[in-house]
Amino acid sequence: MPENPTLVPALEISGLTKRFGEKLAVNAVNLTVPRGSFFGLVGPNGAGKTTTLSMATGLLRPDAGTVSVHGLDVWSNLVEAKKRIGVLSDGVRLFDRLTGLQLVTYAGLLSGMDRAVVAERAADLLELFDLDAVSGTLVVDYSAGMTKKIALACALIHAPQLLVLDEPFESVDPVSGANIRDILHGFVESGGTVIVSSHAMDLVQRMCDHVAVIADGRVLASGTTDEVRGSSTLEDRFVELVGGRRHGKGPEWLRIS
Amino acid sequence: MVAHLVRLRFRLLANALTRSPWQAVAVVLGTVYGMFMLFLVVVGLLFLSSAPDSLGRTVSVVGGAILVLGWTFLPLLSSGIDETVDPARLATFPIPITTLLLALAVSGVLGVPGIITTLAALATSLVWWQTPLVAIVALLCAAIGALTCVVGSRMLAALTVRISSGRRAREAKTVLVLIPLLLLGPAILALSTLFRELRTVLPIIADVVAWTPFGAIWAVPGDLAIGRPGTAVLHALIGIGTLIAATAVWRWALDRALERPATSTSFSHTQRGLGWFAIFSGTPTGAVAARALTYWARDPRYAQSLISVPLVPAIVFFYSGASGDLSGLLFVGPIVAVLLGMSIYTDVSYDNTAFSLHLQSGVSGRADRWGRVIAVSVFALPTTIILTVASVWVSDSWERLVGMLGISLGLFITGLALSSLVSGRFAFAVPAPGDNPFKSRPGGGFTLMLSMFASWTALALLALPEMVLAIIGFATFNQSLGWISLAVAIVLGGTLLIIGVRWGGKLLDDNGPEMLVQLQRQK
Repeated sequence: MPENPTLVPALEISGLTKRFGEKLAVNAVNLTVPRGSFFGLVGPNGAGKTTTLSMATGLLRPDAGTVSVHGLDVWSNLVEAKKRIGVLSDGVRLFDRLTGLQLVTYAGLLSGMDRAVVAERAADLLELFDLDAVSGTLVVDYSAGMTKKIALACALIHAPQLLVLDEPFESVDPVSGANIRDILHGFVESGGTVIVSSHAMDLVQRMCDHVAVIADGRVLASGTTDEVRGSSTLEDRFVELVGGRRHGKGPEWLRIS
Repeated sequence: MVAHLVRLRFRLLANALTRSPWQAVAVVLGTVYGMFMLFLVVVGLLFLSSAPDSLGRTVSVVGGAILVLGWTFLPLLSSGIDETVDPARLATFPIPITTLLLALAVSGVLGVPGIITTLAALATSLVWWQTPLVAIVALLCAAIGALTCVVGSRMLAALTVRISSGRRAREAKTVLVLIPLLLLGPAILALSTLFRELRTVLPIIADVVAWTPFGAIWAVPGDLAIGRPGTAVLHALIGIGTLIAATAVWRWALDRALERPATSTSFSHTQRGLGWFAIFSGTPTGAVAARALTYWARDPRYAQSLISVPLVPAIVFFYSGASGDLSGLLFVGPIVAVLLGMSIYTDVSYDNTAFSLHLQSGVSGRADRWGRVIAVSVFALPTTIILTVASVWVSDSWERLVGMLGISLGLFITGLALSSLVSGRFAFAVPAPGDNPFKSRPGGGFTLMLSMFASWTALALLALPEMVLAIIGFATFNQSLGWISLAVAIVLGGTLLIIGVRWGGKLLDDNGPEMLVQLQRQK
């Protein structure tokens, strides 16, 4: 029986596992990201967010488990799956000796797109992210926030159906952050799916309609944002789930006077 | 504090080595090699003790000067500057500059090269063991000399790495450093003529070098041994003055580097339009080629790998010019062909984690390989051909032109094939983007050298047919063998290139994620 295409999740992860030496970084993670959702992935440092997202996007080979994007198994159809996914990785370098325009063009051409389409979209994206004034500047000379935006433009140029963004708002100024959120909301409204990982609970609570809390390589809670947070704020719920909150004002010597 | 910083250096080294067992193996092999060299030096010096005092003096002056020069300038050319403890990272801690200076000097001496140099320097006192007083002076001078070596290398590191803030200025400085390296050619001319009359000339060189900052300190015991205490005092003063001056310059450079940590926010370079991207075809292959060519022009790490290209003809020309036989020039084409063909050996390693863009976009390994091959060929193929033709022209051996082209092109194309294959699977420890291109990672150079050596051997075997054909042609004055060699070079080399690109591309397709993990480890 063929499944109803609107019910096939944008991203379905099951039993995903990755071990680095002794450390089990991701431990049998199951996650379903519905199509058209704005999905937040939150967790403390070292929880396995980046590792999970890398495996979900075909950048890191899992030890076990499956990942499918719109019903397509990622690891057995890498090229086809990558065409559907736009990725913003945290902590990887860019080809920063290219100018902004060259970098976005490069990303487009690498995906096998036509030159004319690439040129048009590159111009659109640079304008969208307020980068057209610096399109001729080398990316290495960009500020951290501008670098984030140009990387986001690279992730968008091939018009993916699923956007996977690792820490997209880190070091982005409030105005640019709001602009990026608008763009992402527009993308979701048009039927696309966005997954963001973040530490900023307020932001995720306001921005995302779905959320998953991940810690120590396991999913602690997952569902719509309202389901997960219940009657409290997402931040309180997160602290309750993850634990480790300490009460007190720090040692005596740290208090001036 | 000093001990603490020195411990930090070893902690960092140990941690780096446990992360990568191969690097550890490389460091061990490097140490064994160093010990072997040290053994040879000690044996040589023991023999010298029974030779005339003037010979002992000459050898220690020239050897010592080479040691100081090598320490100061050679890291730029080959092994790189050890930055296990990067002073810039310590900028936020309240460490007095004198303490930092002392800690860096001590940790420099306590590295493997430092220990071996110090032992070798101290071993120069063996020359004078029959006159104990001179031997004791020699020990003191050797300590000063070894320290000068370390301080010299640190001084140049501090001067070149972060003297000024701003990426542009730093890169410009890197290129400035390259210029004296290019002038090595003429220097080698002078040396090669001198080596001819080594026995008569060497003492004269030693006498001259003994008055330079590099050789002065090493001359002191010799001066005493041949009964010239006045000269000995002067040499000692020059030597000690050198150490003090080098330390002062180093201190000044380090102070400046710490006061102005590198922050690059200069919007100096802007470029309208797409550059190479507008010229190459709008396919993934064309895009990779355009990107790679842009990097060849903009990234100083690539410039560093091209230093040797103008250097080879210069050295060979001056050398053969000195001997009056220009046929040695015929080696220029093949040597440059090998260097250029293998120059994309570390291409993916240079990309560092930026390579993840290739992985994300799902570009095929084959397009990746071809793009890099095309980019380097754009300038390397004409360079190889021009240098080969030029060498035939200058040495006036036109009858060998076709055969020489066969050898050079064969080596170049086969080199491309091999590096396309190897760089599709292995990432090497190379300087990261934006780093000082001369910076080394512990053991990194050695691992790279080992695999390079293996690849050179493979290259020699794979390009054997065209080389043998051409050489037989030269020996028998048979022009048609030259043409056959050229044809074999193009057909066999081309086939190998296609195999190398496809195989390397397949490896990259199959192991892309593993490659990224390797690259992340280098970060």
